[in-house]
Amino acid sequence: MLSRTAENLYWLARYVERAEYLARTIDATLRVTALPAAYIGKTNEWDSALLTAGVAASFYQTYEEANEHNVVEYLSFSPNNPSSIRNCIEAARLNSRSVRTALTSEMWDTINSAWIELQEVWNKGTSTREDLAKFLRFVQETSLRFDGSAYRTMLRNDAYWFSRMGVHLERADNTARILDVKYHVLLPEEEHVGGPLDFYQWTSILRSVSALTAYHWVYRETLKPWLIADLLILNDTLPRSLASCYGNLVRNLDQIGVAYGRQGPAQRHARGIRNRLEHSNMNDIFQHGVHEFIQEFISDNSRLGEIITKQYLI
Amino acid sequence: MAVAFDEMNIPGGDLRPAYQELARWLKETPPEALEYRRQEAELLFRRIGITFAVYGDSESTERLIPFDVIPRIMSGKEWALLEKGLKQRVRALNMFLRDIYHGRDILRAEIVPDDLIFQNPVFRPEMNGQQVPHDVYVHIAGIDIVRVDAEDFIVLEDNARTPSGVSYMLENREIMMRLFPDLFARHRVAPVERYPDELLSALRSVAPQGASGEPTVALLTPGVYNSAYYEHSFLADKLGIELVEGRDLIVKNNEVFMRTTEGVKRVDVIYRRVDDDYLDPLTFRPDSALGVPGLMSAYAAGNITLANAVGTGIADDKAIYSYMPDIVKFYLGEEPILKNVPTWRCREPKDLAYVLDHLSELVVKEVHGSGGYGMLIGPAATKATIEAFREKLKREPEGFIAQPTLALSTCPTCTASGLAPRHVDLRPFVLTGSKHTTIVPGGLTRVALKEGSLVVNSSQGGGTKDTWILDE
Repeated sequence: MLSRTAENLYWLARYVERAEYLARTIDATLRVTALPAAYIGKTNEWDSALLTAGVAASFYQTYEEANEHNVVEYLSFSPNNPSSIRNCIEAARLNSRSVRTALTSEMWDTINSAWIELQEVWNKGTSTREDLAKFLRFVQETSLRFDGSAYRTMLRNDAYWFSRMGVHLERADNTARILDVKYHVLLPEEEHVGGPLDFYQWTSILRSVSALTAYHWVYRETLKPWLIADLLILNDTLPRSLASCYGNLVRNLDQIGVAYGRQGPAQRHARGIRNRLEHSNMNDIFQHGVHEFIQEFISDNSRLGEIITKQYLI
Repeated sequence: MAVAFDEMNIPGGDLRPAYQELARWLKETPPEALEYRRQEAELLFRRIGITFAVYGDSESTERLIPFDVIPRIMSGKEWALLEKGLKQRVRALNMFLRDIYHGRDILRAEIVPDDLIFQNPVFRPEMNGQQVPHDVYVHIAGIDIVRVDAEDFIVLEDNARTPSGVSYMLENREIMMRLFPDLFARHRVAPVERYPDELLSALRSVAPQGASGEPTVALLTPGVYNSAYYEHSFLADKLGIELVEGRDLIVKNNEVFMRTTEGVKRVDVIYRRVDDDYLDPLTFRPDSALGVPGLMSAYAAGNITLANAVGTGIADDKAIYSYMPDIVKFYLGEEPILKNVPTWRCREPKDLAYVLDHLSELVVKEVHGSGGYGMLIGPAATKATIEAFREKLKREPEGFIAQPTLALSTCPTCTASGLAPRHVDLRPFVLTGSKHTTIVPGGLTRVALKEGSLVVNSSQGGGTKDTWILDE
């Protein structure tokens, strides 16, 4: 397979995943900020949305204040934000066109029709809350459709594995970021956690990674920060947990290794991260510091992206 | 201008045999049903993304080429004649190219004047003495055909460089079969779907000597911003070959490789949809980012086959066109089966005198112009324009040719006010491999949708139709 094709498939999947994640983040933030101030404390939720999207610095070059209007605009529609939903969709469409021969017609149709549909949103914007909600839902549905058609229609060969790797790498990054930002904000030092204020904050995290219901099924408990961390980091039954993403990444890389008859640094590096996750427990992680643990993970994860690129995509 | 030849109706009220079943079907089918299926066809085209792209940086627009659901039909007998003529013409084009870049017998015989070759910007001196596998230069030809009566087929233009449009031939058929199964059931229409197979075997058959038993073929595209990109990806997909851009290829030791996830892989045949000028920045335009540095030296070393070969433009040039009947006779010793549009070469004093006397009836074209640029359409021009053109012609007669305005044949077509005759042309695709020349029965029919218009180009309101050859 052409390196460029693999690269396009990998990035296409990342862009779609990122668009979905941004839509979820905005959605969750809208919910939290709709609560009376007493329930959410003094933190600026829109600021933390920017942080989890990793675009706070570039945002403040254009805008003064992180309020709903500005942040929604920047994360959703801004042509100047390279990872706005709009740019993710545009990039996904362009990537799809470049690799049409490697996509199934269902995948192409998903991206192409979403792109056609969204042209109007780009032109007109979303003037009401209802429009905005519809738009966010549409983006999430597009990602589901894309994922579903890839799963149901692609041949199980390197094209599929590269595409899946894009999904899992991006997903791991997103989960890690949201966890990091929220822990930072919510657990300043030692503290005492609980109370109504945090409850809504934690709910909001779970909502952005579509794990709110899952939490209750897994733990049958009220929301506890360490259990939430356990769910998002170590529980490999949750598709968005770091452990699950890495289980998949290792599997996909192994499949490629077998098909090509050769393993390399990408396989070794991914296995290393997976092993660390497998052998950790929440106690150790808290001892070590959640923030430090996650920071390390984020940099390991992006290192894997670089290694994959070097080994296969250029 | 004479009355146009109507491909469906015989003057006096009878129908030509090939159209009888269609006419019956049209009578039974209510106009709303036709309109409904027309809209469905449009939706399909958009969903599949069969578009011509006009991309800007900020605003991306992609246009559909209008598709007319009424097929254009030809009898098997008509096709047999056309097919014979096309094969003859393409054989002559290939022999001409071989001769121009080697012995040049035709110049010595003074059939074609030297300066038309050597002063022509599309002549490629790099190709002098260059061997190409099996002496095939034009592997894929698109010959534009028009009709003015029931007997003759006339060549309007030979396209021997990188002719496009074949994806429309295939997709139009696909969509027609989905939308009008009943109409197909009433006809025996020769299939076109084996085109990708024929193309692939033609391309493999001309692999260079050093290639493996299963030569690797790739399609080279200028990229997603090219207006024919859809066709490139469509064909690569149907052929099951990689769709590569210049940056996917590298040349090492005069061999061409593509970068893959498993390391580099040798390529033997490139079906290139990139013009000569952009193929190799080391040989042609140094500013080309679309090409592959070193490709021409791999070509010269005989390690890669380019389809079509470099330098084929000299065979389909407007200045050469008028010599085609002589070219056919010279190489094949046969009378040309397909006619040429009568052409006056203004470089010849006798012709020039005639043209100057008849400017208001003729179409005068610049020899090196394209896309209708710098053209005089006598019957439609004002007196002042004609006079201005007359001066230009006198100043530089060798830069022009002149032709009569042709009354292109018409076919029934859906219009706002029901079915009406519209002018059409036809581009069949002729494939030449090491052993055979093959033509899938059919081609791309283009139709001028505006009443009275003779311009079938998609950029000027032209549409397409499915082309049926009846298998009798």
